[in-house]
Parts: sequence; structure tokens; C-alpha cells
Amino acid sequence: MVLVLAIGDLHIPHRAADLPPKFKSMLVPGKIQHIICTGNLCIKEVHDYLKSLCPDLHITRGEYDEDARYPETKTLTIGQFKLGICHGHQVIPWGDLDSLAMLQRQLDVDILVTGHTHQFKAYKHEGGVVINPGSATGAYSSFTYDVNPSFVLMDIDGLRVVVYVYELIDGEVKVDKIDFKKTANPR
Amino acid sequence: DEQFESPSKPKFPILLPHRLRVTTEASCRPVKYTTQMIADGVEDEEKWLAAGIAGLQQNAFYMHRALDTNNLRDALKFSAQMLSELRTSKLSPHKYYELYMRAFDELRKLEIFFKEETRRGCSIVELYELVQHAGNILPRLYLLCTVGSVYIRSKEAPAKDVLKDLVEMCRGIQHPVRGLFLRSYLSQISRDKLPDIGSEYEGDADTVVDAVEFVLQNFTEMNKLWVRMQHQGPAREKQRREKERNELRDLVGKNLHVLSQVEGIDLDMYRDTVLPRVLEQIVNCKDEIAQFYLMDCIIQVFPDEYHLQTLEVLLGACPQLQPSVDIKTVLSRLMERLSNYAASSSEVLPEFLQVEAFSRLNNAIGKVIEAQPDMPIFGAVTLYSSLLTFTLHVHPDRLDYADQVLGSCFKKLQSVGKVEDNKATKQIVALLSAPLEKYNDIVTALKLSNYPCVMEYLDTETSKIMATVIIQSIMKNSTRISSADKVEALFELMKGLMKDSEGTAEEVDEDDFKEEQNSVARLIQMLINDDPEEMFKIMCVVRKQIMTGGPKRLPYTIPPFVFSSLKLVRQLQGQDENPFGDEATTPKTIFQLLNQTIEVLLTIPAPELALRLYLQCAEAANDTDLEPVAYDFFTQAYILYEEEISDSKAQVTALHLIIGTLQRMHVFGVENRDTLTHKATGYSAKLLKKPDQCRAVYGCAHLFWVDDQDNLKDGERVLICLKRALRIANAAQQLSNAARGSTGPVTLFIEILNKYLYFYEKVNQHITVDAVNSLIELITTEMQQNDSSSSAPDPAAEAFLAGTLRYIQFQKQKGGTIGERYQAISTVKE
Repeated sequence: MVLVLAIGDLHIPHRAADLPPKFKSMLVPGKIQHIICTGNLCIKEVHDYLKSLCPDLHITRGEYDEDARYPETKTLTIGQFKLGICHGHQVIPWGDLDSLAMLQRQLDVDILVTGHTHQFKAYKHEGGVVINPGSATGAYSSFTYDVNPSFVLMDIDGLRVVVYVYELIDGEVKVDKIDFKKTANPR
Repeated sequence: DEQFESPSKPKFPILLPHRLRVTTEASCRPVKYTTQMIADGVEDEEKWLAAGIAGLQQNAFYMHRALDTNNLRDALKFSAQMLSELRTSKLSPHKYYELYMRAFDELRKLEIFFKEETRRGCSIVELYELVQHAGNILPRLYLLCTVGSVYIRSKEAPAKDVLKDLVEMCRGIQHPVRGLFLRSYLSQISRDKLPDIGSEYEGDADTVVDAVEFVLQNFTEMNKLWVRMQHQGPAREKQRREKERNELRDLVGKNLHVLSQVEGIDLDMYRDTVLPRVLEQIVNCKDEIAQFYLMDCIIQVFPDEYHLQTLEVLLGACPQLQPSVDIKTVLSRLMERLSNYAASSSEVLPEFLQVEAFSRLNNAIGKVIEAQPDMPIFGAVTLYSSLLTFTLHVHPDRLDYADQVLGSCFKKLQSVGKVEDNKATKQIVALLSAPLEKYNDIVTALKLSNYPCVMEYLDTETSKIMATVIIQSIMKNSTRISSADKVEALFELMKGLMKDSEGTAEEVDEDDFKEEQNSVARLIQMLINDDPEEMFKIMCVVRKQIMTGGPKRLPYTIPPFVFSSLKLVRQLQGQDENPFGDEATTPKTIFQLLNQTIEVLLTIPAPELALRLYLQCAEAANDTDLEPVAYDFFTQAYILYEEEISDSKAQVTALHLIIGTLQRMHVFGVENRDTLTHKATGYSAKLLKKPDQCRAVYGCAHLFWVDDQDNLKDGERVLICLKRALRIANAAQQLSNAARGSTGPVTLFIEILNKYLYFYEKVNQHITVDAVNSLIELITTEMQQNDSSSSAPDPAAEAFLAGTLRYIQFQKQKGGTIGERYQAISTVKE
């Protein structure tokens, strides 16, 4: 069982002051093995905070990130899964699942984690899974008027990944889960 | 060696034979110290102590023998000799104590012996008389006290009589160190024998009053001895004397502790007898060390309720103390105790009101500060800080009291001017932080009118620190500041962070500066009100403030302002049109404000940030159907792109944002949209690197095809874009060949293929299946060529192609329209 936190679009301090307290109390160091961050933190303090939760931190660049050295895309392997990260402002049209699927093929990954729209999505297509953890602070988004703070925790176990999405709705944390299984086809 | 005369059996209460009265220490010739002896003495102190201990132990040995053989006479003889070691003047208090402790232990055994003697028929009265025949007064008195202990236990006489006798007899020793230890001994052995309420020694004639009288007298005499030490010896040894005095202070303080343990002392007795007597001694002794220590002792050992009820008396003593006494510490400790008392239980709070604690303390402090104009500012602020903490605990609802305290502090600060002292500034920060911590709400603290006045007196550095403390408090408590007035008041306090102070050219560490400004940015997020009208007022205040921040601060403060304003625009959208009737708060007004604000970023310059913000505003204008406003924002963004953004990487990102935003616009009419689209494709084709060009151009294809707008599906223009992208990809290949000798990325072609499929799927008539097929063929051929040639194989491209082909297969199997369209596509099997 490997826990991977997928989180992004915090937009601190431009659009949000801080993570919601209820999220902060849930995210404690030592429980998570990897963090995948879609970008738009935006400042070093947030980077350091995430690093304190888990030293294995992978970030891609969002258009408001203070640190311009984050890569545009990143791939990594966790267990049996290949994961890809990209903030998503580079993929036009924004939030379009077919275009994201193309990126997924290009990166050749089972799971693509992307952001920018601040809307949680977990979408399965023939090539794999696209996950958008939403905005962890519920930051303003031109995409939608209704942004609930959210993040995703993936439990990778063999050929199976369980995606838990945590959303803060009306002050309460609601959890949902989705199961994905990958077929062990040779690549 | 003294010889004992045979007891002449006088009857009790003949206590002081004439002889004894005369033979006080004063009549023994004091040893004159020469400088040499003193010098020797300090070095030889260890030797003397060793000698003293040896002598003591030797006599003790013989004493034990006498005890074992029930030899009273010898017991007295050797115990007296043993106690003679305590007659020394050569030891410092620290060393004397060691000797004393050994003697003490031996005397315990002697006491047991005396007790047994009485059981064997010896009269305690006779014993009491017998020991008074010891030759030297100090041993005599130690023995007397020891017998006295047994005497009291025997109850043959009222405890009070024996105690009275002993405490007066001890007057015979006037040497400070010896006297203090002797009286300490008396105190120790009498502790459990006081005629306290409920004690076995209480009787009709023997009450707690007598117990109190005894302890008070012992205390008074001990204090006198202690104070006398200050003036003995040459002036140059003052420091050493004071050190020795401090070593002895607990002996004196113990008496107060004993008093605090006497059960029979109730509030009335404390107030009417104990406190006045103790204070009288403290005031009259006119000794700085004693006064400070004993005042503190009183405060620490007696219960807080007593302090409350005697507050007037206690505070009244303060001005009577020596001016050099650190009265502020005394008062601070008193207030601290009372604060904790108040915090311990809400039931005691009415008491505080009843005794008018606050005004008494306030007055007392005022008097003390007035009486000592030379008191360092640190001291004055500490006092006010303690008083404020007290007030917050005892009268949390009386903001006027808290404000009063701040006001008094402010007046004092005024008379001093800007504070330079580090300790003092720390205290001011503590003073200002107290209301924050207590109320957990900056809004309440803002109600204290003197709060900003006090903050004025902090130097710039500390002012910033305090501002940060305030922001942290807001963050921690998720406080919302929801009215324009409060925001203004808050910004007053934040001055140090939000703009450069006049005149000074500040040298700030870059990282610190960043952190500060980021916290200001976070703060702006907390300035919210759900009522749009009030929110607009708040935004105006914010804007006014941040505009004075200077170019270094604007990149930090403008973005949060912009996003808060955009949120307000949404709020307004949710309402009916023109709810207020006036022109002030409409989305349009806000956009105008935003335009003017973002413009300022160009003067810094921060064009990339400005471009992003313009595009955000354009999207918001799109949502409010304000076409001209949206167009204007786009124009601004484009101008920035053309004129200010020259870094190629920055251009790529900027273009992504432009195309991505434009793609989502639905507010534009045909003409406007065409102009903007045309420009965007132009920019795309002119990016520096060919792969970037290619990607931007096929990205532009989406500008001509928007799913949810039927009039925006121009299949032809889509194809033009894709073909152009192909041409660029070709050119990129040739370039790569020429410059690097390798064919370069096939990836671009695969990407373009995916785009072909995307539009083909959406039934763009201009994307023919033949075009798709030939593209697939082209790519497959390329890849095979790459494999056979010497150039390195491209696994990423292979995987990408494989993935794409799989996708095509999958779609074929879908059935329905999609399946049909995909059937025509021939995928070449590898």
C-alpha cells in the first residue's frame, strides 16, 4: 500500500490565505509516501510545507508559480503504475479530456495528474486515468463559480489504485472513492 | 572548658539569673580584624570549617558516651563544648550553615535524651534552669531552646510562656550570623508546638494570638539582625556582605512562611495584626535588600484572597519603601498572582470588583512611576504590561479599562520619545500582544483607541514585527475583517509593512521582505464582507493603501486585490441589477478600477504578471457579457505580449494563456473574435523555436472550433491551422537534419495526428479520412527509417504512436457513429 497525495492550485497568497484548517489537520507528516503537485502553489513557503509532509515531492510549473524552475511536465513510476504530471494551462482547450488524453499518450503514463481548472475530475479512458485534484484551497477559478477545496489521495496497491477524493463542502469534509484497475499488458 | 555548678534549684519562673543578663556577647571582647587576618581568613575558611567540624565531632563523641550512660552532667558539659564551635566569627554564612546543620543533628539526639531524663524523674523545670549555667551564652541558648522544646511538649507550662521566654532570651546574641542561625533554630523546633487552633497546645490562656505574637517577634528580631549586616565592616566589602546577606535571606523569610501555615490566622487577623506588623518592620528597617525580599515574600506565601482584601494597605506601603527598591518587580509579581487567581475561577471575579482592585493598582502604579522619574522606560512598560494582563483577566469585558492602561503607557512613552532600548521594545510588543491573545480577535483590539498610539513608539523594525504578530493572530483565528473602517484602522497598524517609513532608506533582507509581503497578501484575503456594497468600500480602502506601497510591494499586493475584486464581481452578478440605484458598484466600475490598477504593474515593470491578470479580467468580463471591456483587456494583454515579453520561454507560456483564454470567450462578436484570433495565430507562427511554433499553431486550431457554440465551428480554418502545423513540423525536421545531422522529433507529427483525429471525430468535414491515413503512413515510414538508420531509436515517440494506434483500435470497436468513422482509418500493423 503506497499513499500518494495529489494536490495543487493552492494559489497562496494571491487567491487564498491558507489551506482550510480541516485539511491541515488531516495532512500530517509521515503518512504519505509521495506527493504529486500540479502547480500554482505559488510561494516557497507552500513548497516547504509540502516538503515537510513528505520529502518525495514532485511539482510541475503553474503559470503563477514563483519558482520558474519547476518542469512543464514530469513522469515517475510508483509500483506498477507510471504517473505523469502537468499543470494543464499548456493543454488547449483547457480541461478538455480528449486533449488531456493525448498528453497522456505522449507521456506514456497510466495516470495523468493535472490541474488548472480547480475542478475535481477522475476520468477513465482506454489509455488510462486522468485525475484533477482540484484546488486544495478552493481558490478563485475562471472555470467555475463553485469551487470547493479538494485534494486526492491515491492508494496504489499492485495493479489497483483506489482514488480517494476529499472535498470540503459547507464546512464538512466529504470523502468519495473510485477504483481503477490496470490490466497488466506488456508495453 | 566550663564547669557546671551544682544546680541550686531555683524555681521557675525565675528565668534570667542576673549573671546571665550581664554575660552577653557584647561583654566579650570582640576580636579586632586586621586586613591580614581577613585576607588569611578568606583563604583559610575551609581550614576553619574543618577545624570547627572536627571539634564538634569530638565533643559529640563524648556527648554520645554521656547519653549512653545517662550522665546528665557530662551530657551538658560536652554538648556545651560542642556548641561552642558555633561561636566562631570566621565563617561565611554558607560555611557556618554546614557547622550549624551538624550541631542541629546532634541536638536532636540530645533532645531525645532530655525527654527520657524527664521520664526518669528529672524535673523539666530544673533542667530548664540547669542548662542556663553554661558559661558561654550561645551554647546556653541552644541548650535552652532544646530543653524548651521538651518543656512545651510536657505541657507543664503553657506553650506561650516558654516561647516568650525563649524569643526574648535570644536577644542575648546580637551578632547577625550567629543570631540568625540561633533564631532559626528556635523557629525550627517551635514550629510544631505553636498554640494554633486545633493544636494540642491550644488552651484557655494559650491561643493562636500568642503563636502569632511569638513568630512576629522572632521575625522582627531576625530582620533587625539581618539588616545590621549591611552596615558592618568596611565599605569596600559591601558586595561580599550583600552576597552573604542574600545567602541568609531565607532564614528571615521562613518566619513569614510559618505564619502562612498557621491555621488560626484568618483574614481578619491577617489584616489587623499580621500584615501591619510585618509591613511596619519592612518599612522601618529602611533596607533595600530586606524590603524587596520581604515584600516579595508576603506576596508569594500568603493567599491571593488576602492580598485582594488588603490591597490598599499593601499598595500603601510601596511609596514608603526606599527609592532604590525594585518596586516594579514587586508590583508585577503581585499583579501576576492576582491575574492567575482571577483566571483560576470566575467565582472570585466579584471580589475584584468589590475591592476596586483595578483602580487601586492603576493608581499605585501611577504613583510609583511619578515618584521615580528616572525609572528606565523598560520598567514602566513592564508595569503597564502586567497591569494590562491583570485587567484582561479580571475585567475582560471592560475594554475601557484596557484602553486606560494603554493610554497611561502612551503618556509615559510620549514623555520619553522614540524608544531605542531593546528590552523596552520587547516589552511593548508583549504589551500589545496581550489583548490579541486574550480576545483572539483583532477587531476587539482595534477598539482600543490607544492601541495604535502605543504602536507609534516602536521603531520600524519592531513595528513590522508587531504587524506580523497581528497578521499571525488573524490567520490563526481565521478572523474576518469586514468593514471598511476596521480595515482602515488595521492598515494604520500595518503601516510598517505596507509602505516605506518617511525619510529612511531601508535595507531589508530580501527573503524577509518577501515573507512580509506575502503575509500582507494573505491578510488581504481576510478582508471580506458578503455584502457587496461594504465589500466594495473595503476594496477601495485596500487599493488606496497598496498604491502607496511602492514598486517593490505592488507585485505582491496587486494580485490578491485583483482576485478579491473579481470575487466581488461574481457577488454582484448574483444580485438583481441596480439594487442600489447609484453607479458606484457595478461590475463595470470594478473592471475600470482593475484596469487602472493592473496598469501600474507596467511601471515596475512586471509585464508577465500584468498579462495574466488582464486575461483573468477578460474572462470575468466575458462572464458578465461586457464585450468592450473584455476586448479592451485582451488588447492590453496583446500589447504587453508584443512589446514587453521577449523571453522565449515566457512567450510560450503567455501564448498558451492567450490562446487558452480566447478559446473560452463567447462574448465576442465575429469581428472582434477574428481580429484577436488572427493576431494569436500570428504570434504563434513567430515563436522562436519551431517545435513551439508548431504546437502553438495547432493549439490555435481550437480557436476555430468551440464545442458549445455552433456558429464557431469553422472546419476549414481548423484544417488550415493543422496543415500549417504540419509544414512547420516538416521545416523543423529539415532544420534538425541540416544543423544536427539527425532527423529530429517525430513526436510533433504524432501530436498533429492526434489533433487530426480529434477534429475528425467531431465530424469536421474538412478533415478527410485520407488525410488521416496518409499522415499515419508518413509517421510510420519515418519511424521505420529511424529504426534502420544509425540515429538512435526514439522510445518515447514509439510509445506515443503505439498509444495513438491503440486509441484508434479502441474507437473502431465502439460502434455507432464513432465506430463507423474510425473504421475507415487504416492502422498499419507494425
